[in-house]
Parts: sequence; structure tokens; C-alpha cells
Amino acid sequence: MSKIHVKTRINGEAAEFLCEPDETLLEALRDRLHLTGTKEGCGSGDCGACSVTVNGRLVASCLMLAAEAEGAEIGTIEGLAKGAELDVLQRKFVEHAALQCGICTPGFLVASKALLEKNPDPTEEEVRYWLAGNLCRCTGYDKIIRAVLDAAAEMRRA
Amino acid sequence: MQYLAPTSVDEVVAALAQADGRARVLAGGTDLLVQMKSDMIAPDILVDIKRIPELREITREGGGWRIGAAVSGAEFNEHADICADWPGLAEAFDLIGSTQVQGRCTLAGNLCNASPAADSVPAMVAADAVARVAGPNGTRDVPVVDIPVGPGKTSLAAGEFITSIFLPARAPRSADAYLRFIPRTEMDIAVASAGVSLTLDDDGSCVAARVALGAVAPTVLLVEKATAALIGTRLEGAALAALAQACESAATPIDDKRGTVEFRKQVVGVLARRAARVAQNRAEERA
Ligand SMILES: Cc1cc2nc3c(=O)[nH]c(=O)nc-3n(C[C@H](O)[C@H](O)[C@H](O)COP(=O)(O)OP(=O)(O)OC[C@H]3O[C@@H](n4cnc5c(N)ncnc54)[C@H](O)[C@@H]3O)c2cc1C
Ligand code: FES
Ligand code: FES
Repeated sequence: MSKIHVKTRINGEAAEFLCEPDETLLEALRDRLHLTGTKEGCGSGDCGACSVTVNGRLVASCLMLAAEAEGAEIGTIEGLAKGAELDVLQRKFVEHAALQCGICTPGFLVASKALLEKNPDPTEEEVRYWLAGNLCRCTGYDKIIRAVLDAAAEMRRA
Repeated sequence: MQYLAPTSVDEVVAALAQADGRARVLAGGTDLLVQMKSDMIAPDILVDIKRIPELREITREGGGWRIGAAVSGAEFNEHADICADWPGLAEAFDLIGSTQVQGRCTLAGNLCNASPAADSVPAMVAADAVARVAGPNGTRDVPVVDIPVGPGKTSLAAGEFITSIFLPARAPRSADAYLRFIPRTEMDIAVASAGVSLTLDDDGSCVAARVALGAVAPTVLLVEKATAALIGTRLEGAALAALAQACESAATPIDDKRGTVEFRKQVVGVLARRAARVAQNRAEERA
């Protein structure tokens, strides 16, 4: 199999890699670019742990080929914090104890970020529907929902 | 495996012809990649259609709408005008998967995957949608109802693929609706579903109706007797009872852990009745 050369931008910076034609974006991010914040839960589109944005659109990186990322703008969990300063969502997840084992957390954060960029003032129901494709086995969701709503409120005040 | 990302329809047709059945079209990949990973399929070539500019557009055509085969659910649902004309198809398309799946899934992918439970398909059939098919012998238009021929099987010939879905012009006082039954509120496969599209006259009588059912037969079902039950009525109790009866008798579902034959038949009648009322209310509001 001949490898494919892919040029993208990841979290605002140019990035290139070589990948196999059947390699997923999730595999390329983790194994080639060592951006291991993006997690694999299921590998079949069900859990949302692998959530990233592609040209601003939230997608499951386990269900996208790495080769499809050519020319795209990718956003991953590594792009959330500004250096040592956590993103509001990250801070609120910590404050509300919205994580336990943490495997689902990067996916929830990337998905929530995409929601608040589209809708800065979501209702609880809107947050729950938006995040329906992000599964968490630990928290029972309530703390996650509260953290997102609180982050949204703080961002609106800022 | 080879990955191709052509930028024109002709290149896709040429690539599919050359591959001689060993290639698959890649749209959103939300079925294809899952099937490849679970070794259900092992194509030699994937032909990504998302780099073809006209396949990414929603355009007006003769009062109707043409939706490129690479338009995702998220893009469709952000298009206010098409959602105003086709709220039922919009809700059906939106039901597919999560936000993440919405970012990628397409109507043509949902149709060509040919699952009997595909959510957008009954809504497209109720809408009398037409697929434009490109292939080695040129282009042809095929009613969406004629594309699936069995679970996982379509009527597309070797080397053919869908370039767009066309929704016809809307008469005044027309609307559609789609309802499915699932045991939870999100992220599940329809146990039974119904799409209804109808047109009312100035007095509120139904002058046109199409009713399509999902997950209760090997393919989507267009129920002609359901149309007959609605035409000329104002969807009163007797008309709705006749509609439900027509749907129950047309359904030939399977028995599985998610629903028995009896349950599916009954539920599909109820869903059709409720979807008809939703479509009626929407049509009245549009007037
Ligand atoms: C987590 C999850 C939840 C889901 N939930 C639902 C749900 O609730 N309801 C539902 O109906 N589906 C659901 N699906 C299934 C899937 O998302 C849909 O069927 C979707 O519409 C497929 O579209 P796609 O563009 O991703 O298709 P792809 O995966 O790209 O393609 C599907 C099939 O169609 C073929 N194909 C694609 N485009 C064309 C074309 N233009 N011409 C010819 N052939 C083509 C492909 O070769 C392939 O065989 C879900 C999937 C996942 C992963
Ligand atoms: S790993 Fe992609 S959705 Fe679960
Ligand atoms: S914190 Fe463990 S899965 Fe969510």
C-alpha cells in the first residue's frame, strides 16, 4: 500500500503526515501526530470520545479517513487551553467535578465548545440533545450538563 | 486499498467503471467505515464524492430543490428555506445519529445503505423525491422509492451512483411530517416509522397525500391505500382510522428483540395517523 501525503491545519497550525488509505483520522492524530488527547471509545461512531471539528463541523474522527483531512482545518482538544490557561469549559468541568475516569472528557469538551460557538445560550434540553452522541459511563451526565450551562453563562458575561 | 477524491462526476463514473465492482462511493462514511471496520465489506477502492463542488450544494430548480449527494444533515438543517418547505424531511434527516454523525451523513448514503429502518427514506418517498443517477450510460432520474430493493441492496447498476436528490415544487398549503418509534429518545434504530406529505385545498380538504412506512418491510413502503383514505377528507376520525388500517395491513415486519410483528404493525398505524395530523397542522399554518 502506498502512503498518502496529507496537509492540514490542526488547531491553527500547519501539519502534515503520511497515512495509509484506510487509516482513520483518529489513528493519524494519535499515532502519527501524537495528539493523544483525542480518545477512542468504540471506533464505531457511538460514543463521541473521538470528537474533533473539521472545518468547524463536529465529527467523529473514528469514522473519517485521515486522507479526507487534506486541506481541512482540524480542531482537537489540544487546541482548547491557551498555554497554561484552561478554556472556560475545562475550568467549569473541574469546578463541577464533571469527570471521573476522564476518557470521555476530551470528546465532551470539543463537542461542547462546538455547541457554544453555534449557540451561546443553549437550554438544558439543547445541551442534552447536542451531547447525545457523547457517552459517559461514570458521571451520570448531570454534572457535565451543569458545567456546560455554567460555562455558557460565564462566556456570555465576558 | 486505494482512496480517490475526484473533483467531477465524470471522474467518479470513470473510476467506478474501471474498478469493475471493487469500488465503493464514500459520502459521509457513517455506514461505510463502520462496515469496513467490522469486516462486513472490504472494498479495494473508495471514491470520495465530497470534493465535487456541485454535489455539496442545495439549489433551487423549477420551484423545487436539488440537494447534492454530499450535503450533510447539519448543512441541510441550517438551510432555513428548504426546512420551511420540507419540515418532515428535515426532522427525519435530523434524527440520523448524533451531532457528530450529522456533520457527515447524507441522504443518498442513507438511501444507498438500504437499511429498511433508514430514517430519511420514508420522508423522501412521501415527498416524492427523485434521485439523479450518473453512470456509464449517462444520467437518469429514478424515484427514490425505486432505489432500495431489499436490505442492503439497491437498483443501481454497476458503475452508477447518485449525484443529487430532487424535491418537487410545493403546492400552497402543503406540508410533511415524519415520526419514528424507538425505545429511547435519541441514538437508536427505528422499530417502525412513518412519513406523510399532504396538500390541502382552501376548505382544508386533503387533495394530495403520500404515506411511506419504514422498518416494517424489507424496503420502504409507499402505501397507496393510505392515500385513498385521506383524499377528500379533513382527516376526521374515520379517515385517520382508515389510514391506520391501511398502514397496518400493508406492513410485513419481522419479529425481533426490538419489536414483535403485532407491535410493529400497530405502532406503524399510530405513527402514520399522528404524522398525518402534524402535517395537516403544518399545512394549515403555511396557508
Ligand atoms: C452512531 C450512528 C448512529 C446512526 N443513527 C442512524 C439513525 O438514527 N437513522 C438512520 O437512518 N441511520 C443511522 N445511522 C446510519 C448512517 O449514519 C446513515 O445511514 C447515513 O445517512 C449514511 O450516510 P453517509 O453519507 O454517511 O453514507 P456512507 O457511509 O458514505 O455510504 C453508505 C452506503 O451508500 C453508498 N453511497 C453513499 N453515497 C452514495 C451515492 N451518492 N451514490 C451511490 N451510493 C452511495 C456507499 O457506498 C455505502 O454503501 C447511524 C450511524 C451511526 C454511526
Ligand atoms: S471512538 Fe469514535 S465515536 Fe466512539
Ligand atoms: S468520566 Fe468516565 S466515562 Fe465519563
